[in-house]
Amino acid sequence: MLALLRIAKSIVFISSLLFVISILPTHSVYSRDTSPSSSDLGPITVRAFDTDNDAGGSITVEWDDPGYERLSGFAGFLVWRTNTLTGTSDSVEVTPFGTRTYDDRSVSDDSTYSYSVAALVNGERLMSTPSMQVRSSKQWFDGRLTWVLILGLIICGAVIYFIESAKRGTKLFLRRIAGLEAIDEAVGRATEMGRPILFVAGIQDMDDVQTIAGLTILGSIARTVAEYDTKINMPVRASLVMTAARETIKHAYVTAGRPDAYNDDMVHYVTDEQFGFVAAVDGIMVRERPAACFFLGAFFAESLIMAETGNSIGAIQVAGTAMPAQLPFFVAACDYTLIGEELFAASAYLSGEPRQLGSLKGADVGKAIAMIVILVGVIATTIASAWNSESMLWIENLLRQMFSTG
Amino acid sequence: MKREIPLIITFVAGVAFVLQYFIPHYPFNRFENIFSDWFAIVGAFAIWLGALSLMKLCLLNISKKSHDWPISLLIIISFLSIVIAGAIDGFHGLNSVPATSFRDPGTNFDWFYQNVYTPLSSTMFAILAFFVASASYRAFRARNTAATLLLVSAFFVMIGRVPLGDYLSGWLPERMQFSQWANWLMAFPNTAGQRAVMIGIALGTVSTSLRIILGIERSHLEG
Repeated sequence: MLALLRIAKSIVFISSLLFVISILPTHSVYSRDTSPSSSDLGPITVRAFDTDNDAGGSITVEWDDPGYERLSGFAGFLVWRTNTLTGTSDSVEVTPFGTRTYDDRSVSDDSTYSYSVAALVNGERLMSTPSMQVRSSKQWFDGRLTWVLILGLIICGAVIYFIESAKRGTKLFLRRIAGLEAIDEAVGRATEMGRPILFVAGIQDMDDVQTIAGLTILGSIARTVAEYDTKINMPVRASLVMTAARETIKHAYVTAGRPDAYNDDMVHYVTDEQFGFVAAVDGIMVRERPAACFFLGAFFAESLIMAETGNSIGAIQVAGTAMPAQLPFFVAACDYTLIGEELFAASAYLSGEPRQLGSLKGADVGKAIAMIVILVGVIATTIASAWNSESMLWIENLLRQMFSTG
Repeated sequence: MKREIPLIITFVAGVAFVLQYFIPHYPFNRFENIFSDWFAIVGAFAIWLGALSLMKLCLLNISKKSHDWPISLLIIISFLSIVIAGAIDGFHGLNSVPATSFRDPGTNFDWFYQNVYTPLSSTMFAILAFFVASASYRAFRARNTAATLLLVSAFFVMIGRVPLGDYLSGWLPERMQFSQWANWLMAFPNTAGQRAVMIGIALGTVSTSLRIILGIERSHLEG
């Protein structure tokens, strides 16, 4: 029995010894004080410079940490500013842990400043030497947008070139857009059925390019409506859209030789509230049962509510929007959908005017550039990651830089 | 001149907007705010045109005893109720210390907003759920190859988005489970398609904007 007790004691002793040995290396690391003292560390190097690509009133301060953050009792870096013209100094910010840069937006372009950074350790301020004097200034060009400018100029140049080319009589091919071809059919159907046409130019105001695109198509539709002597009903959500739409329809009726048939009440304001507007449009659809519904402009959650109501009354429906999230709803519920760019192309397509058609051809140059860049980017990224090719990595980085605005 | 002046304003404003995007220097950096303010001011005046149009049409319907004249009457009553409630609260708020707004909780306007407008608005939004179901039913009918592909993709996305999907495919390796299929479909084919549409939209916007700025596209200004 005594022997067993001794064996048990020995096991406990050996286990304890093994446990202590197992934790010893870890424990010993923490038990030794290896953290440097502030006197061991070199000075903080501070650099201050005018913030790039801004409207002035901002200086960026950067500094290196020789190791102060590793000291126990470190509380942060204090950015210290001296106005070298007035001689006044003040602290501007205590930066959070891990921060090595500060953007001082409280400076005046009329003064020069010098910056110091102090490490706050155990209540002490361990000051750096001051930076060079610096003055903030306004820039005349945002350098981050250089590539955007170059690409924009190429695309705009192409648009203008093809407009001029079309003006000189060059024949331009334009693929058939089924949704626009169906306009005459839809208006004709409404005429035969003796029912009105409903037109909704989205729910945005005149500051949205989609609303303007919708109104340009409205001009063509209204002209056909006037020629066929059909009724058009256009509820709107914004008063400015109402005014512009009235002018557009009025002009279409005058062009069609039917100014007497025009009536201001064809376009009427309903409400600015999104779902209030939807309720009104749905009500009009159910009561008046238009034979054709056109939804052309910017739409949000109401797109499907309106399109499904139109579907339920058996109207022929043509929709178009540049809101990618709403396109599937229109595709599902409408007979024809103008997808994204087709909405913008519609005006040129319907007018057949060479100058407008030329602008579409110019946009095609942009698409060609996009396709080439995507293809080159995919190939470069694939090769760079598979074979660590530096030249491909350079191409990848260049493309990233070209299409980054940050 | 009726046509030229709007074209000149459009050109100047369009060029100014392009410049303000590239130039951070004053006054260009203020253009966006200035134009936004102007737009808000013009819009505020234009709201009266809209309100008058609404009232005129409704009164016309009532006087003619049109088919839906009771709806027009309801619109006028609703419109006047909220306007009067807002006006009374507004005047009351101006005279109280400290001044309060007609939108503050507890006002008559707020009562209308909370108890009439919000429930009605939510009801309209809720109808969307039923329309999604009916539209999906039509869209997912496998009439041709494209519709069948859509149906199959939609099946995997929908089942991959609910816990039942992973429950049913739990016996498969993790990367083969339905949620991973759904993630792949959303991250790659869906994103690729969306980006193609977005690129087209961006270029279409540039082209249309240029047509408007240069005065080639002017049908929205005709009259």
